[in-house]
Amino acid sequence: MAKKKDESGQPTMSAETSKNGAADSAAPAGATLERVPVRKAYKMYVGGAFIRSESGRYTQVAEAPGLSTKENVSRASRKDGRDAVKAAFGAWSGWSGRTAFNRGQILYRLGEMMEARKSEFVSSLANSGLSREEAERETLSAIDRAIAYAGWCDKYQSLFSSLNPVGGPHFNFTSPESMGVVAIVAPARPALLGLTGAILPVIASGNTCVVLASEADPRTAVVFSEALATSDLPGGVVNILTGSVKEVLPHLAKHMEVAALDLHGVDASLAKSIEESAVINVKRVRTRSLTQADWFDAASAETPRWIERFIEMKTIWHPAGP
Amino acid sequence: MSAPETSGAAAASSAAHEPAKDKRAPEGLALQFGSAWEYAPAPEAADHVKIEPRYELFIGGKWQAPQSKKYFDTISPSTEEKLAEVADASAADVDLAVKAARTAYEKYWSKLRPIDRGKYVYRISRALQEKARELAIVESMDGGKPIKESRDFDVVQAAAHFFYYAGWADKLAYAFPGRNPRALGVAGQVIPWNFPLLMAAWKLAPALATGNTCVLKPAETTPLTALLLAKIIEECDLPPGVVNVVTGAGATGAAVVGHPDVDKVAFTGSTDVGKKIQKAIAGTKKKITLELGGKAANIVFADAPLDQAIEGIIGGIFFNQGHVCCAGSRLLVEESAAEMVIRKLKDRMSTLRLGDPLDKNTDVGAINSRMQLEKIRELVASGEKEGAERFSAPCKLPKRGYWFAPTIFTGVSQSHRIAREEIFGPVLAIQTFRTPDEAVEKANNTMYGLSAGIWTDKGAKSFWVAQRLRAGVVWANTYNKFDPSSPFGGYKESGFGREGGRQGLLAYLEVD
Repeated sequence: MAKKKDESGQPTMSAETSKNGAADSAAPAGATLERVPVRKAYKMYVGGAFIRSESGRYTQVAEAPGLSTKENVSRASRKDGRDAVKAAFGAWSGWSGRTAFNRGQILYRLGEMMEARKSEFVSSLANSGLSREEAERETLSAIDRAIAYAGWCDKYQSLFSSLNPVGGPHFNFTSPESMGVVAIVAPARPALLGLTGAILPVIASGNTCVVLASEADPRTAVVFSEALATSDLPGGVVNILTGSVKEVLPHLAKHMEVAALDLHGVDASLAKSIEESAVINVKRVRTRSLTQADWFDAASAETPRWIERFIEMKTIWHPAGP
Repeated sequence: MSAPETSGAAAASSAAHEPAKDKRAPEGLALQFGSAWEYAPAPEAADHVKIEPRYELFIGGKWQAPQSKKYFDTISPSTEEKLAEVADASAADVDLAVKAARTAYEKYWSKLRPIDRGKYVYRISRALQEKARELAIVESMDGGKPIKESRDFDVVQAAAHFFYYAGWADKLAYAFPGRNPRALGVAGQVIPWNFPLLMAAWKLAPALATGNTCVLKPAETTPLTALLLAKIIEECDLPPGVVNVVTGAGATGAAVVGHPDVDKVAFTGSTDVGKKIQKAIAGTKKKITLELGGKAANIVFADAPLDQAIEGIIGGIFFNQGHVCCAGSRLLVEESAAEMVIRKLKDRMSTLRLGDPLDKNTDVGAINSRMQLEKIRELVASGEKEGAERFSAPCKLPKRGYWFAPTIFTGVSQSHRIAREEIFGPVLAIQTFRTPDEAVEKANNTMYGLSAGIWTDKGAKSFWVAQRLRAGVVWANTYNKFDPSSPFGGYKESGFGREGGRQGLLAYLEVD
């Protein structure tokens, strides 16, 4: 673990160290024999397991701003994309088959787990270049977003559904269902709030997803998966890959078991070719480029319209008669 | 129809002499229908219907000759006689239509009070009711569907659709509270030939009510009722250019969809063409809804009220000659009931009257076009070749026109083309299942997801199955029911977006 010297010449714990739980008091002032910190491998999260890329490839990111030390992050391959879709597809019927109440409890649990890891998120965001203050603000917003969508899990249905007054002796109603596997490109920034804000409305309604994490800050996505893994979320509901969007996304766009794409901040020419590929199974493609301020605007980012983008409406008829 | 060998009549005619003894019906249970008496013709009089010899394009409130100077014939599929010639709109014509729609949007339609916009749409509904008879007759002449369907279903539903959406015009803020709904602008709408007037209504009514202006492209084999509708819209004094109708074939449709000043594309038709459209608009800001093909499973459990189920199966697949995207073209019947269901089906099929679409007794009309007839024949031939067993209703086919006898296949396996591909004709593929899980699995084993049917006496089972079917419309103990207030549209490769109901407004609105 790299160390920074503060102005007094005392060794201080880097953000990384404190994130890992070592109390500052554990490093006595002037100690010459330091405890060697344990480094962390940043693995992708697929099917409920933490994995490296099957390709064995990695990208390196600076450990913290201004440091020359690097950390390795997995670089997903096409095959990793396929494996993730398989996991997501496999998890879909179980996840969508749970009661809405249960999904709400699990997302609430996610909020609890994020709250508990608050300092780790803050450190991770800070390591990717945010000021401590910015990192804190983003972390708290992301936690609140989890709580907001936990509440939506069993409520949006009542808002979108309808009982339709058909002209005949029939009972007729329309209600939302999930679409299936949604491939999400998370926005580059805000890396944590954008990631949670993109994932939550998709899974709240019973979809499962494969997420391509921010290339600007892949590590925070990994920390987020660690919160997911401890929140009772069944494996495969959220699968997070790190690596190059440009490399993996085209394959997800052509995958027959991906029902929809949610593209955040994908550049126009890539988005066009992705939309063309998506035709293969008439994928639902949603593109949006929100500003950072938009992501922080809870009033607009926590509306059920985000859930509405990834549901199908099913209409059921039944005759009514004696 | 000049090829009796594919009609089923040949196959059935030998059996017709001894219909009660054939292998489909064990000991004396078979019924004999239709051969003892001929039905006297009961034609709907068409003498008061005036079809112009030639129709121009309806652009900017005027009937305009096409820049292309080209016309094409529209014929009656039941007689093969030419009904009229119709302008073939080129890209230049489409451009004029889009410009007219844009001008109308900016100058008139977006400035009207919403309730006044609604009143125009109400007017259209009323006029449709007033001209219902004429519209029904022309629909049956141009498209081949039985008059009892065009009269009792197509025209009625079309008028109802305009009436329903007219009332939404001034209530959009309540449909999407707090979301500031606003019109998109110009909608380019391409519609199919199976329900020509009704599909025009499904497209125009919500688009107009939400404040958009329209360029509508009807199918090339069935342009007449859309042109009569344009005439109605002219007579309703809608501001010029609010609705424009450009007739033509695929190239015209592509020009509508591809026009850079179109804000919204709505298409109903085949999945193949839908994919091309989705691809064509990739990377643009256009909003799109697609209502594409289907291969719906109609699931019959052994505990179902079988006689009702038989009627539902018959209506599900033979309604409009099976030219229905949500047709129940796959019958999944529980194994223990299969023999009984198939026998009853064959009996019921023997009572279907095929022939003159204008005859009020006709159950099954003409196939819409020679091209479609050939497609049906080709798929039916593949069914026979792949080893499924064919039964066609023993009905006489008229000498002229395009006809195909109602047909079912038994012994169908999942890999057969007739179980996988949309035939869009009066052809039913029958498979069996043993458990509800198997029924759901087989029903969902398709790239389509438009509709499905369930027949069972058990309420809990019907909802259990309905929740698991990946289809946008599920009919339980009924089939092929439609209503303007009831959203319609697909899952998977049957397209996206909904038509009908409050949800149908969303296709034509931008909301926060």
